[in-house]
Amino acid sequence: MKTYLLKRLLSAIPVLFIVSTIVFLILQMTPGDPALVILGQEATLEEVEDLRQQLKLDRPIYEQYFNWLFNALRGDLGESYFMNDSVLEAILSHLGPTISLGILAEIIAIALAIPLGILAARRKGTLTDQSVMTFSLLGMSIPNFLLSLFLILVFSVFWRLLPVAGYKPLGAGLWEHLKYLLLPAFALGTAHAALIARMTRSAMLEVLNANYIKTARAKGVKEKWVIYKHALRNAFLPILTVIGQSFLGLMGGTAIVETIFAIPGIGQLIVNGVMRRDYAIVQGAVLYVTFAFVFINLAVDMLYGIVNPQVRLDNKK
Amino acid sequence: MTISSESIDLHAVKSALKKEQNKILWRQIMTNGSLFVGFVIIAFLILVALFGPLLMKHDPNTMDVLKRFAAPSADHWFGTDNLGRDVLARVIYGTRISMGIGVAVAIIASMSGLIVGIYSSYYKWLDHLLMRLSDGIMAFPGLLLALALMAALGGQASNVVIAVSIVATPYIARVVRSEALALKEQTFVEATRALGASDSRIIWQHIAPNTLSSLIVQATFIFAEAIIVEAALSFLGAGIPPPAPSWGNILSDGKTYIYKAWWMTFFPGMTITLAIIGLNLFGDGLRDLLDPHVSKAKK
Repeated sequence: MKTYLLKRLLSAIPVLFIVSTIVFLILQMTPGDPALVILGQEATLEEVEDLRQQLKLDRPIYEQYFNWLFNALRGDLGESYFMNDSVLEAILSHLGPTISLGILAEIIAIALAIPLGILAARRKGTLTDQSVMTFSLLGMSIPNFLLSLFLILVFSVFWRLLPVAGYKPLGAGLWEHLKYLLLPAFALGTAHAALIARMTRSAMLEVLNANYIKTARAKGVKEKWVIYKHALRNAFLPILTVIGQSFLGLMGGTAIVETIFAIPGIGQLIVNGVMRRDYAIVQGAVLYVTFAFVFINLAVDMLYGIVNPQVRLDNKK
Repeated sequence: MTISSESIDLHAVKSALKKEQNKILWRQIMTNGSLFVGFVIIAFLILVALFGPLLMKHDPNTMDVLKRFAAPSADHWFGTDNLGRDVLARVIYGTRISMGIGVAVAIIASMSGLIVGIYSSYYKWLDHLLMRLSDGIMAFPGLLLALALMAALGGQASNVVIAVSIVATPYIARVVRSEALALKEQTFVEATRALGASDSRIIWQHIAPNTLSSLIVQATFIFAEAIIVEAALSFLGAGIPPPAPSWGNILSDGKTYIYKAWWMTFFPGMTITLAIIGLNLFGDGLRDLLDPHVSKAKK
């Protein structure tokens, strides 16, 4: 188990290295001088040059890159030019909203998808099955930023039930917190719900035809028990994989959904960073997202063993 | 008994065979529900993109301050926007821009994905390099990468095509690579090699044509993805610069005035949804038609 964990963590290193190099190169290609952007157009040439030296922007590109890389390895992601804060602090202060949004979106996705997928599998070929599949196609087809706008139109503009944008932390009360997160979480969760529902349906269809299910039914086990205890548990592995993979899509989605709903999360931090050429923030946040993605995939792999003891990693022969 | 070439007209047999094949293909298209519906939707949108602007009585960029925020009516089917511009005219012109970007990305990403995928399947040392690079590109969200690329390249339609193609290429390359890896081991490839064919002849004449069906299916999904990413980029202000009526730009204006004029969001939003549904249905249907193994496994 320990060897496996170590191997997985080591395999993440080249990916993180490539990601950081790509992001660094792209940002270097970006026209415009950050020093000039910070000081404004009225700054004198001397002031700009001073700031460039202070920020070490006058050094060669490779030197800037290796400086950043070595500092990053020590946990120092640099300072944000615009936020007057360290990048790590900025990321940590924007993490709460994104985690809340991500968890709520995933809960909505799973709560919608698994029962619907099971229903579709049990009634394969009927109108219910076709309706679930049509809804899942719709869910996958509507981009999340568009769904966000449609949800705002219906729930905020026409019915005025939920706020159009904004964010309240958990400290302001659970309902206040959820009120602002429901629409964005629903917008983010729907596409994943569609994907998970499809996977649940096909995984359940495969399992429901297995002999042990027939045996359970023949023994007179209650249908509910057959579905949830016997079938779902075995069908859960591929479903879990899709849930894990959907995380990357979720992170991509948060960038635009957080911008639409004015939620001060990591997604908005990256979008704003790109727009105002805040190199350090973009590099740090993208590295963080990639790191989180690698860890979540690892956590999903660990969960396999809990869901299905047959695939426990340390039992591998 | 020998058959002389005069007794059978080979040309006629060939054309009859071709006709029969076309008939079968057409029947398959007509009986494959999602392929047919998807095809109808895409054909409709392509016709709108090509001929719609010629039939419009309103110009997409002409402002009319007296008619600002006019609700949908007989004169303005989709209403007017904050500057009094006709939303229908803008959506129709937007179809040309957004579909054009989708087609361009699908073609460029397919070509570069084919080259990357096929060469990495053939040369191991190249495989390590290219696949690690594509791992890197695929390890962070496509929209964010496209956004960063747009910041570097500058807001222009051609740059949107370049940025989205870079993001999409690894996804095509992966599909082509896995297909080509299997093909490489087939006996017909071994036979060609034994006959002394060069690497590039094996790659381009024997392996590449056999990866085309998966490539075309994947390209349809990339087409849909390109439309979404372009709309998202323009919506965030990093795509095609306004006032060009790309679907993302129209939506971006719509979001600002969402309380005042729902039609500015609703109609362009529904058009994008229609395009994506059409492309997804077409891609699904095409996969069933071209790759029956996958569709059987799915069912």
